[in-house]
Amino acid sequence: MKHHIVPVRLYLGIFGALMVLTAITVTVSFYDLGFLNTFVAITIAVCKATLVILYFMHVRYSNKLIWVFAGAGFVWLVILIAFTLSDTMTRAWIPLPPPLPM
Amino acid sequence: MADSHGPLAHHFDSLEQQYESARLGMWTFLITEVMMFGGLFLGYVVYRTKYPDLFVAGSHHLDITLGAFNTVVLIVSSLTMAMAVHAAQEGRRARIIGYLWLTLLLGGTFLGVKVVEYSHKFHDHLIPGAHFQWHGAGDPVGPIQLFFGYYFLMTGLHAVHMIIGAGLLLWLIRLASKNRFSAEFFTPVEMVGLYWHFVDIVWIFLFPLLYLIGRHG
Repeated sequence: MKHHIVPVRLYLGIFGALMVLTAITVTVSFYDLGFLNTFVAITIAVCKATLVILYFMHVRYSNKLIWVFAGAGFVWLVILIAFTLSDTMTRAWIPLPPPLPM
Repeated sequence: MADSHGPLAHHFDSLEQQYESARLGMWTFLITEVMMFGGLFLGYVVYRTKYPDLFVAGSHHLDITLGAFNTVVLIVSSLTMAMAVHAAQEGRRARIIGYLWLTLLLGGTFLGVKVVEYSHKFHDHLIPGAHFQWHGAGDPVGPIQLFFGYYFLMTGLHAVHMIIGAGLLLWLIRLASKNRFSAEFFTPVEMVGLYWHFVDIVWIFLFPLLYLIGRHG
């Protein structure tokens, strides 16, 4: 049985990148950048997760079916969050009429 | 699994096919995990956008040093887990066992720090419920409890996954000691590795969402 064996050097490189990204996200949180704080925190978290999935979880070296399965959960998660927020965050845009008397 | 007939189960043609099936099955399970944690993340995001100031106030009660320390611990444990899988691929039994013990030790460290954090919250009466006390701005019976509700539910569910992971690591160590793995068959090590890395990913999102957002100075 043949497997792609990821070289140890690459694992250490990914580990280093994860550490650097952690240091950046912690440092940035101490500065007030307005809405950019949330943007930076989420972007770095997505980058870290992607590195873990591609290299530590070997998806990069896997067949296309694994790619589809690994992607599916996250695609549906984005749909779940985007559609729900498109409701909850826009409710204040249209003033509702006062409730009818009982 | 491996019985008297060796590692290849009778309903598979080859170890390769068995390995690929196991990986696909594991990823299917991980999708259900993404959706389970995803529901909690969604709830957190909805209430955070509804009560941004109170969630920031709640977030300031979390210890960023302990949170960052645990983030580092978990990333190192992901590296040692990846190294355990690497050792398994090369069929080096002593190395597998060594890296698994290291991973277990780091997982235990994470949970130990979590116990310290939880006990601080307990002493500060920050557990949602009848004895919740809040001395900052905002109504203590109002949505400020929601932040701590999400904090305990999300980190608690994550901790349960860590405890299950620790049990799986002990199981792997036992199998490795019995010399059940080889360069041809190491599927359980790879599968537990996938699970462990997934739990790491959950924390990669929990840490900024709970500890970092709205921190400043």
